[in-house]
Amino acid sequence: MQKKLLLAALAATFGMSATASYAASHGAGTLQAVMDKGFVQCGVTGGVRGFSAPDENNNWTGLEVDFCRALAAAIFDDADAVRYTPLTSTERFAALSSGEIDVLSRTTTWTMTRDTSLGINFVGVMFYDGQGFMVRKSDGITSALELGGASVCIEAGTTTELNAADYFSSNNIDVNTVVFEEQDEVLKAYEDGRCDVYTTDSSALAAERLNLEDPDAHLILPQIISKEPLGPSVRQGDDGWFNLNRWVYFLLLNAEELGVTQANVDDMLASDNPAIKRLLGVEGTYGELIGVSNDWGYRIIKALGNYGEMYERHVGPNTEIGIERGVNALWTDGGIQYGPPVR
Amino acid sequence: MADTTKNSALYVRSEMAPDMPPPVRTQGVVGWLRANMFSSVGNSILSLLSIYVIYLAATGIYNFTIVNAIWQGDGGAVCRVENVGACWPYVGNRLTFFIYGFYPDTEYWRPNLAFAIGGILLFLLATPQIPGKIIWGVLFLVVYPVITFFLVHGGGFTGLEAVPTEKWGGLMLTLVVAVTGIVASFPIGVVLALGRRSKMPLVRSVCVVFIELWRGVPLITVLFMASVMLPLFLPEGTNFDKLVRALVGVTLFTAAYTAEVVRGGLQAIPKGQFEAADALGLNYFQATMLITLPQALKIVIPGIVNNSISLFKDTTLVSIVGLVDLLGAVRAGTATGTWSAPTIPVTGYLFAATIFWVFSFAMSRYSQYMERRLDTGHKS
Repeated sequence: MQKKLLLAALAATFGMSATASYAASHGAGTLQAVMDKGFVQCGVTGGVRGFSAPDENNNWTGLEVDFCRALAAAIFDDADAVRYTPLTSTERFAALSSGEIDVLSRTTTWTMTRDTSLGINFVGVMFYDGQGFMVRKSDGITSALELGGASVCIEAGTTTELNAADYFSSNNIDVNTVVFEEQDEVLKAYEDGRCDVYTTDSSALAAERLNLEDPDAHLILPQIISKEPLGPSVRQGDDGWFNLNRWVYFLLLNAEELGVTQANVDDMLASDNPAIKRLLGVEGTYGELIGVSNDWGYRIIKALGNYGEMYERHVGPNTEIGIERGVNALWTDGGIQYGPPVR
Repeated sequence: MADTTKNSALYVRSEMAPDMPPPVRTQGVVGWLRANMFSSVGNSILSLLSIYVIYLAATGIYNFTIVNAIWQGDGGAVCRVENVGACWPYVGNRLTFFIYGFYPDTEYWRPNLAFAIGGILLFLLATPQIPGKIIWGVLFLVVYPVITFFLVHGGGFTGLEAVPTEKWGGLMLTLVVAVTGIVASFPIGVVLALGRRSKMPLVRSVCVVFIELWRGVPLITVLFMASVMLPLFLPEGTNFDKLVRALVGVTLFTAAYTAEVVRGGLQAIPKGQFEAADALGLNYFQATMLITLPQALKIVIPGIVNNSISLFKDTTLVSIVGLVDLLGAVRAGTATGTWSAPTIPVTGYLFAATIFWVFSFAMSRYSQYMERRLDTGHKS
């Protein structure tokens, strides 16, 4: 204890992240602890449309919120057995390391530094985000490759600026970049017609689009030019809890691939397909392997539906924010979401 | 003789001539304007400029909040029109979220009841004409917080559904932080102020170190320490509630400032008062409670209210440690459902600003009233 305190104090003094040294000490037993207290403590954002935000009835809702709800459904057969901790981006990792939350599901980009040095493990990718482009529909542009000669509005000093420069030069496209200091200024300039293209992360583009006078007059191009995989993460050093989280994520993908939805899950219980039988716990004891009931798959799908349904419900084309599936489609549909088999 | 006197005084007026009305230029509206706004060329230019700026601002606000504002409608789509002003349906629709945060809607009566009890007690305590101040004081400062906690939090023996603090939010959370901060920091601050003037070196140095330490760091740092660093120092498994951590931070921070304000009041009391207390044979406790503190506190009312107002507004900082206060709720509300349109964020901020202004202004007026009331004419 003494040593640990000293370590943490030293790390703090030098302004480093004290999280790494401490995380290892929080060992096994998160699942047991969660079962004992009766709910999953889930770290979310303070309100990001489509990912975690209050709904009209003042409950948390969103794609990343649904991941926590799926966990709760698998463990307790009750998707509401979740408590949410809104976190800022500065405190999110400390909250996870200190055990204040059990899982961090807060639009966090999976990077090597974070995965290796912060004492956390990324579970999977709930949403492949990346830098995209928004244009006016009236300009008739449908691909980023047609942007030659256009002027592009960019926020200064961000990786956004570098990404765009790399992309355009590698594709031999000549554009004029107009650089602004603030995000708000960029949107204003784009709206006022000072530039033809607005570029930033595509989920942010989709949300910013709603702050334009007529969102339907603008189009987000399908090209994504940078990698921002957003996914939930858990503390390092608790493999049991990590496995459970990871397989809850894979189950959501597998259910979509096998066509198991919230609506047909009861009929699917009688399915002859062995993969579906294993998925829903009709056959085999796969739940035991991750420490939950064998019908965990059925519980999750019954409560929340599969990954595709979650996507459609919170960020899909029919929602307010309206992001096309794109790379987030299953591998069978041309995307890169791929769940290893339940076997 | 009488005649002579009368005649000889013919050229002397026996009464004052009636006052002539003052020149038009110095009275009424014209006079006021000349004296206050157009007394010189430079002042005239400045006045005209100011009037123009005020006119611009006033018409702008009026147009935005009333003329071009949208009053009716369901969903943000109604606010997507050209030259739109404020989008009031947003505030109307999200009002419960702004006030209660994620608190379950079937249980709204609990915070409402707590608000009501607090309001009544505060009224009883703050209206000078009502007797029994000590009873109301004890009820409001000691009993009320306990009742409020069990009422709003529930669980345990109360038989009410437990609502964890993660679900508290909006104005409710802002008031919880502000009231706790103001009420709890006051006694700590007074003790610290007395301690700093103590003749005992240990007590004095402890108080000095405490005050200077807390005054030396910004509140934002205190909150970060409480929410990010503290959990790492604690043994694993011990998790203080996030709200409690923020409350303790805010309280201690404010206490350090209150201490310095109160110390200023203590220093302003003439030395004779202390000497008189000693001469009467009062011990330290009696002298402090009967002679010095009452006078000192009266002097520092403006300072304390100033502290309270600034704390009330500083509560918005808790949103940076992930607590959804009024400002946080207004911000998060823009990510809800169909509520997105160009002016919706501004509308939300306007609403929050109005609420903060109403509370701060009320505190300020009450303090001025108390100052006048307690004024015993001893101002030097």
